[in-house]
Amino acid sequence: MATPTASANGATAVLDAPSHAPDPAGDAELNRALLRSMLLQRRFEERTAEAYAIGKIGGFCHLYIGQEAVSAGAMSVLRPDDYVITTYRDHGQALARGISARAVMAELFGRSGGVVGGKGGSMHLFDARTNFLGGHGIVGAHVPLGTGVAYAIKYRGGDQVCVCFMGDSVPNTGAFHEALNMAGLWKLPAVYVIENNRYGMGTAVDRASSIRDMYRRGDAYGIPNAECDGQDVFAVRAAMREAVDRARTEKVPTLLEVLTYRFMGHSMSDAVSGTYRSKAELDEELKRDPIVQLRARMQERGQIDDAGVQALDDEAKAEVQDAWDFADASPEPGPDALHDHVLVDTTS
Amino acid sequence: MPVLTYRDALGQALREEMQRDDRVFLLGEEVAEYNGAYKVSKGLLQEFGPMRVVDTPITELGFAGLGVGAAMVGLRPIVEFMTWNFALLALDQVVNSAAKTLYMSNGQFNVPIVFRGPNGTALQLAAQHSQAWESWLAHIPGLKVVAPGTPYDAKGLLKAAIRDDNPVCVLEGEMLYNTKGEVPDDDYVVPLGKADLKREGDHATIVTHGKMVLVAMQAADQLAKEGLRVDVVDLRTVRPMDTEAVYASVRKTNRCVVVEEGWELCGVGAQVVDYVQRDCFDHLDAPVLRVHQADVPMPYAKQIEKLAKPDVPKTIAAVKKVLYLE
Repeated sequence: MATPTASANGATAVLDAPSHAPDPAGDAELNRALLRSMLLQRRFEERTAEAYAIGKIGGFCHLYIGQEAVSAGAMSVLRPDDYVITTYRDHGQALARGISARAVMAELFGRSGGVVGGKGGSMHLFDARTNFLGGHGIVGAHVPLGTGVAYAIKYRGGDQVCVCFMGDSVPNTGAFHEALNMAGLWKLPAVYVIENNRYGMGTAVDRASSIRDMYRRGDAYGIPNAECDGQDVFAVRAAMREAVDRARTEKVPTLLEVLTYRFMGHSMSDAVSGTYRSKAELDEELKRDPIVQLRARMQERGQIDDAGVQALDDEAKAEVQDAWDFADASPEPGPDALHDHVLVDTTS
Repeated sequence: MPVLTYRDALGQALREEMQRDDRVFLLGEEVAEYNGAYKVSKGLLQEFGPMRVVDTPITELGFAGLGVGAAMVGLRPIVEFMTWNFALLALDQVVNSAAKTLYMSNGQFNVPIVFRGPNGTALQLAAQHSQAWESWLAHIPGLKVVAPGTPYDAKGLLKAAIRDDNPVCVLEGEMLYNTKGEVPDDDYVVPLGKADLKREGDHATIVTHGKMVLVAMQAADQLAKEGLRVDVVDLRTVRPMDTEAVYASVRKTNRCVVVEEGWELCGVGAQVVDYVQRDCFDHLDAPVLRVHQADVPMPYAKQIEKLAKPDVPKTIAAVKKVLYLE
């Protein structure tokens, strides 16, 4: 167990411990659920790109394709009463947290049936029912918010955890530094997850960060830290389980760097491979598709066959079609929606 | 009725609200062991302990954001900025997180938070520590902006702010902390969004808020010696603005001067002028004039600092001008 003052070496040892090796067999039902979640995210966003292309979705739209193992693995170790806060690349995480595909798609369509009634769109998904606290669009700014949620948990003496997802640009911001310093200082039950997909918009990590191993920044704040393979859902689960348990039982935060890759561009304004990365690199990464890897491992173990995979995929596609139909049929927000929820009506 | 300083009136509000509601906590630089840079939070650490009276690192963006996150899940944080000058570092959290979360989440998450601290010009603190920010904050939908001018209002408005379910910015007059006034021991609130007629007259209206209430009252005293009686309308809350109170006075006096500490362009006074010309045009006997800070960063040297600030003589001159006496 790494102590809060662990050195980089001490902290990385967390993942070398045998108990955190990727789950060798797994539970067939759980694995099916993980595969189902990842397929749903993938099929959902493929249709999202299609809807964007024909103008049903506007504004900024950042796809998560390629990173599904991170959301599926991370959410699978959380309790319903834990909290999640995230960035503008939030569709996959919202689905993995259990927000309905209908409500997410309708939000992207800007309809009243959307999870925030068409007020937020792609970047601002919020859902009180699942303690999903957004959907924030300013790089790094939600990290202090997640830290405040963790402070509130500690204030009340609860045993929930706040998981704060962020992209690889965030550790370079002042907000990250300020927030992690307080989390380390006050021992707050937070798990900070850097999804290192190698590019902050079109700038490669090594052109933006003074260190490559971002998890090591935890050392600066006395926060245990580790990295894991984000294309392997079992590795994500193992690392997250350790971090969440630590937050829940020992009341210590963790900084986890998850090495992943986005198969699409930064946003819909960006070509699939972009000018900033090579086609060869993308092709190489596509070989490590997290869905293909999980499927292969389940098949090796005899937990699913081709027909089973096909059935799950058909289910996911049907759910997305249903979401699309629901979104299309959902009314536009009426004029009343323009002015509501600016302030809570209070009588003080 | 007990006479208290503005500082102690604010402290009393904090103590009473923390006693009343255990979700309320205070965080900021030096609020605990140091008793507050301006001593507003004196004694609170001893009474409420370090989880509820929290000394933070010098990181405005970070601790303001921490407060917003805590508020989103049901606590009621009071974030003290050592001065609003430093709050610029935290403005992203005030604007993009606190003010917008209710709207972005379609009403699912409200942010019951108070941001408070000294605001406005002080004495020889030069450009970075002597300025007034209410027009910046009042520009933002989703915020309430309060500027108490007296100890009575300070206690009542702060208590109302803490009980409000929205983000409220409380701009305390940096030069008002030692001013004294009657402050009831009772649990009273001054409702947000209601102006106060601080003085009655019929020759002209002065619209003001915050520290400039004192300047307007002094100007009114001196004008009275010359037989000129003015209404002093204290907005108390800059956003939402109690326009009806302004209109009622202007429709009575037909002349209006707006006094504020901020700069001219896009100032609070500019908004008051717009409302008045829109809704009281037929009642006006003179153009509305404004008294405000000179259009420069605040200088250090005493003589030119005085030139930069709105004050009693400038206010008197403006009132006489709308009366065509000068």
